[in-house]
Amino acid sequence: MHLGHTHDGPAAVSADARRPDGTRRALRVGLGGPVGSGKTATVAALCRALRAELSLAVVTNDIYTREDAEFLLREAVLPPERISAVETGACPHTAIRDDISANLEAVEDLEDTVGPLDLILVESGGDNLTATFSKGLVDAQIFVIDVAGGDDIPRKGGPGVTTADLLVVNKTDLAPYVGSDLARMSADAREQRAGLPVVFQSLRGGDGVADVAAWVRGRLAAWTA
Amino acid sequence: MSRAALLVLADGRFPAGGHAHSGGAEAAVKAGRITDAATLEEFCRGRLHTAGLVAGALAAAAALGADPGELDAAADARTPSPALRTAARRLGRQLLRAARSTWPSSELDALAREFPKGAHQPVVLGLAARAAGLGPEDAAHCAAYESVSGPATATVRLLSLDPFDATGALARLAPELDRVADRAVAAARRVRAEGADALPAASGPLLEVGAEWHAAWPVRLFAS
Ligand SMILES: Nc1nc2c(ncn2[C@@H]2O[C@H](COP(=O)(O)OP(=O)(O)OP(=O)(O)O)[C@@H](O)[C@H]2O)c(=O)[nH]1
Ligand SMILES: [Mg+2]
Repeated sequence: MHLGHTHDGPAAVSADARRPDGTRRALRVGLGGPVGSGKTATVAALCRALRAELSLAVVTNDIYTREDAEFLLREAVLPPERISAVETGACPHTAIRDDISANLEAVEDLEDTVGPLDLILVESGGDNLTATFSKGLVDAQIFVIDVAGGDDIPRKGGPGVTTADLLVVNKTDLAPYVGSDLARMSADAREQRAGLPVVFQSLRGGDGVADVAAWVRGRLAAWTA
Repeated sequence: MSRAALLVLADGRFPAGGHAHSGGAEAAVKAGRITDAATLEEFCRGRLHTAGLVAGALAAAAALGADPGELDAAADARTPSPALRTAARRLGRQLLRAARSTWPSSELDALAREFPKGAHQPVVLGLAARAAGLGPEDAAHCAAYESVSGPATATVRLLSLDPFDATGALARLAPELDRVADRAVAAARRVRAEGADALPAASGPLLEVGAEWHAAWPVRLFAS
């Protein structure tokens, strides 16, 4: 609540790195990508990997339900007061890019009620290849695609694939069953992204979310430096 | 007065959260009250003369410099549904954020301090208009227009309605909308002498009932 603060200025407007009381706000990382690519599963895995070392919260943007928030609650990856659902009026890309006010309210309310927080993960509802987060809302964004959505997605590019700070190609365990060529996906992604990092992962085995968690730790170190 | 500033404030893309709300249209569609362009127009007409008139008068009064706290209480008293009060405050908070960033003003900052979780949206709209150098007529027109444009765009999404038909309905409502805005401003001008009781208190019971019903749905496209 604002009541406990000693400041007399009103709340911040947008991406200001400091909260009204002068403290640094949490790092905000957005996760976007097509429907069903594994955004919520990645959020859940990141929470499990990081919750012991960091103070975390999650904002979900569902298209027409609270499915994602409810999945995270059911899985008990975080206490319920650390998970907040934004309603998007059938347009997640509007809520994360063109009109970010509801999401800003959600992240600020989380910091007010359960803060101080180190990291807030903002998941977009599944959308299209052009859906990216506004820089007024998040400090870094992860675009999650999967091998089963077609191995030509990296080649097709689009703002999510080409400009996201991290591209995650998920569900590599399914590649043999859907005939996706991982080497080709990797080469195409590297070509599209001009040196920006790409992670191939499966949440069904191997190191799971470890690479993405390491990337998040790196961003956080830069944020708090 | 700047006509261009009015266009900025009234633009449906002004980033103040409206896109996630249907203005009662989602409940009315589900209840079978909006089924096509003609019933959308009737729904909007009803909303314009009730919620639209009240919102217009609140916005005009705020633009004239009436006490925002008193206007916010007046808005509460005119909004029986708790779900609608919550939605109005949420939208007010989102509009306040956008307006403070767009037209920095000490009055908007003061409002943010007094209502950190949001004042009723029409009150914020009136103060935003004031900060943008606009007058009570502009504020009333914005509020009245929003009362019908929100349901119209939402219905295009909900029913896959022909967007030209929905826009035609709005155009046909325009002359009435001008008259509603005039009535709203006339009432708002009496607030200084008579207090907020001079503001209209029209309401659409089905809008209020529908909002409560809608707020309890587990699956919906719009927040209200
Ligand atoms: N085989 C396999 N399945 C996965 C993997 N990651 C996620 N899934 C499954 O893929 C399905 C969709 O995952 P979600 O995490 O819900 O996907 P999402 O991107 O959040 O989906 P939306 O929010 O609806 O767009 C679920 O059934 C997951 O269990 C993976 O690495 N391998
Ligand atoms: Mg999801």
